[in-house]
Amino acid sequence: MSRRNSRPLSLHIPEPPSRPGDEADFSHFEIPAAGVVARPDTAVAASEIRDMVHTLVRVLDDDGRAVGPWDPKLDADTLRQALRAMMLTRAFDERMYRQQRQGKTSFYMKCTGEEAVACAAAMAIDSDDMCFPTYRQQGLLVTRGYSMVDMMCQIYSNERDPLKGRQLPIMYSSKAAGFFSISGNLGTQVPQAVGWAMASAYSEDTRIAAAWTGEGATAEGDFHYAMTFATVYRAPVIINVVNNQWAISSYSGIAGGDEATFAARAIGYGMAGLRVDGNDFLAVYAATRWAAERARTNQGPTLIEHFTYRAEGHSTSDDPARYRPSEEAKRWPLGDPIERLKQHLVAIGEWDDERHAALGKELVEQGKAAGREAESYGTLSGENVVQADSMFEDVFKEVPWHLVEQRDQAEAERQAWHK
Amino acid sequence: MRNSTQKLSYLQAIVEAQREEMRRDERVILMGEDIAVYGAQSLFDEFDHSRLRNVPISENSFTGVGVGAALTGLRPIVDLTIASFVYLASDQIINQAAKLRFMTGGQLKVPIVVRTSTFYNNRTAAQHADRPYPLFMNIPGLKVVAPATASDAKGLLKAAIRDDDPVIMFEDINLWGKKEEVPVDVDFLVPIGKADIKRAGSDATIVSVAGCLLPALAAAELLAREGIDVEVVDLRTIAPMDKETILASVAKTGRLVIADNSHKVGSVASEIAAVVSEEGFESLRKPIQRVATPSVHIPYNQALERQLYPTKERIVAAVRAIL
Repeated sequence: MSRRNSRPLSLHIPEPPSRPGDEADFSHFEIPAAGVVARPDTAVAASEIRDMVHTLVRVLDDDGRAVGPWDPKLDADTLRQALRAMMLTRAFDERMYRQQRQGKTSFYMKCTGEEAVACAAAMAIDSDDMCFPTYRQQGLLVTRGYSMVDMMCQIYSNERDPLKGRQLPIMYSSKAAGFFSISGNLGTQVPQAVGWAMASAYSEDTRIAAAWTGEGATAEGDFHYAMTFATVYRAPVIINVVNNQWAISSYSGIAGGDEATFAARAIGYGMAGLRVDGNDFLAVYAATRWAAERARTNQGPTLIEHFTYRAEGHSTSDDPARYRPSEEAKRWPLGDPIERLKQHLVAIGEWDDERHAALGKELVEQGKAAGREAESYGTLSGENVVQADSMFEDVFKEVPWHLVEQRDQAEAERQAWHK
Repeated sequence: MRNSTQKLSYLQAIVEAQREEMRRDERVILMGEDIAVYGAQSLFDEFDHSRLRNVPISENSFTGVGVGAALTGLRPIVDLTIASFVYLASDQIINQAAKLRFMTGGQLKVPIVVRTSTFYNNRTAAQHADRPYPLFMNIPGLKVVAPATASDAKGLLKAAIRDDDPVIMFEDINLWGKKEEVPVDVDFLVPIGKADIKRAGSDATIVSVAGCLLPALAAAELLAREGIDVEVVDLRTIAPMDKETILASVAKTGRLVIADNSHKVGSVASEIAAVVSEEGFESLRKPIQRVATPSVHIPYNQALERQLYPTKERIVAAVRAIL
């Protein structure tokens, strides 16, 4: 057999544009001006809007004005509420990060720079819509008014921990808040969200579901299985891909981001796809409203890529200085979501520096007060821990014999060794 | 040189095993998530990057890619980081890698090594703290190794890389920092399928599985102070199991305690107990004791978690119960 091409084959190995010691470089991004992208009707066929996945929905321009057809035209009180939610999320993060550094818990993950992604979504969907998050959407809980003390108690794994010392810090779960749970293995929540949404439709309910995944985990099979099911059954679900550029130390190109946008994944499945400026609260809000309306009117699912930047490490166990330029976060061309919404409120005459500083102070105090209460129930480094016997609670209404045996054995061993 | 050693930690020994085999055989390649920054930095410094791959987060895919690469004669090492990630790759490991030689009438072989670590007793909670050796011991065609010392880690990993069939290696992160003198001979191998008597004794046998070696040895030391002479057999390879060494030890001592940190039901300890009951029953002077982890998910909180695994105290109590 003859070979037409006798040159040896070779592979492409993706490399990020800049590494530690290099100048941070985002010049390869194409960023359209705010307001230039058209807003299609929510009843549009997915096949009609394929160009949406290659652009970027933006509302806030460089001067803080809300421009273009995607402007959700929120009133000033709602905008201030949004600013408060994002600032509270950040204040909470900063506080808990410091507590981790002081040894009061073993692990923490901040969402710095990504506050708009979760806070805007929480305000754009209904409070009883179901959320299947990953580990950087604490803003959903904060915006939905979930107790900050309860979040802290979970992180401290103390005697008031709602999850009774069973889950990793920050892997919250609240049925009442419509916040599923967070998985250690990645991507599993996406098909679960689709299944929840399908069941909601099957039950003739009116609630929709939303899932979040990082761009890195779109490489998991579960993401693609979910895309198939969501499209085939036109499930009332929003699939959010948070493209924060980094999956721990792997830049987005490792997950295929150099070849196509993550929003473009939607096209192959026949799903509606949007790509939004994830640091623009109004853009995230508007895109989520659009997708939610489609879902509620049985037009089917939407994939939203939130183009954003993970401004801090992946977690307290990660050191980004090992793999990216240290000033990369400061150079992020889409700015900071809190600063941008603040600028907008100031531009429309509904906010000023004094009120901003006062709010910042108030939220730090709120965090301090919650922290004092949470720590009074114990921290990981302190004396108070969950009771050993609690292991046997909350799973079975009637404790089965094998657990009774285990409980007795555990008790006997504790007695024997602590004599 | 042949008999010389160097002091290495368990984790360094694993890195050195890979380095030596990559130097020896250019067919050896390495794939895993985030390994360029976390885990294999020094290998990225030394070897051509075409042999090392930071892969997308897609465990079943990159394990399948490893199987595909192994079919061409490459010897891929696939790093699945945390033992519970292996579940995601289990179709490629169980249905493909383990069965292909059989199903294709011996036409295909899959010389892949799957490395993974057990993260138990480290506050990693239910989805990161599994020790799932028994699941994989149940798969014909799959070799399962679980070293407990730096030398065994190095020798078993090198043997696994040179093996023509799929091998899964469970590393124990509680041992990562443990140092000892490790042979430097590039052809130092620990044979797959051979247990090792880490301490000779005549009154009772403790078979330790994976990271249970340390509490087993500590238990033996404590009992020795009372004049009780315990033999500690480090299983090292879970499948295929070294029945001969275990049965010979039990024939000598007549008493068997098995320390295994996997969940007790259907554990490695259960299999060892079954083998000794079938083939060594006459040697037994007392019932076999299994010291294992109860059938409960692993909680995050350390006060809850640390009571679950085999400890020196629990092993001592089990030995005492059959003296």
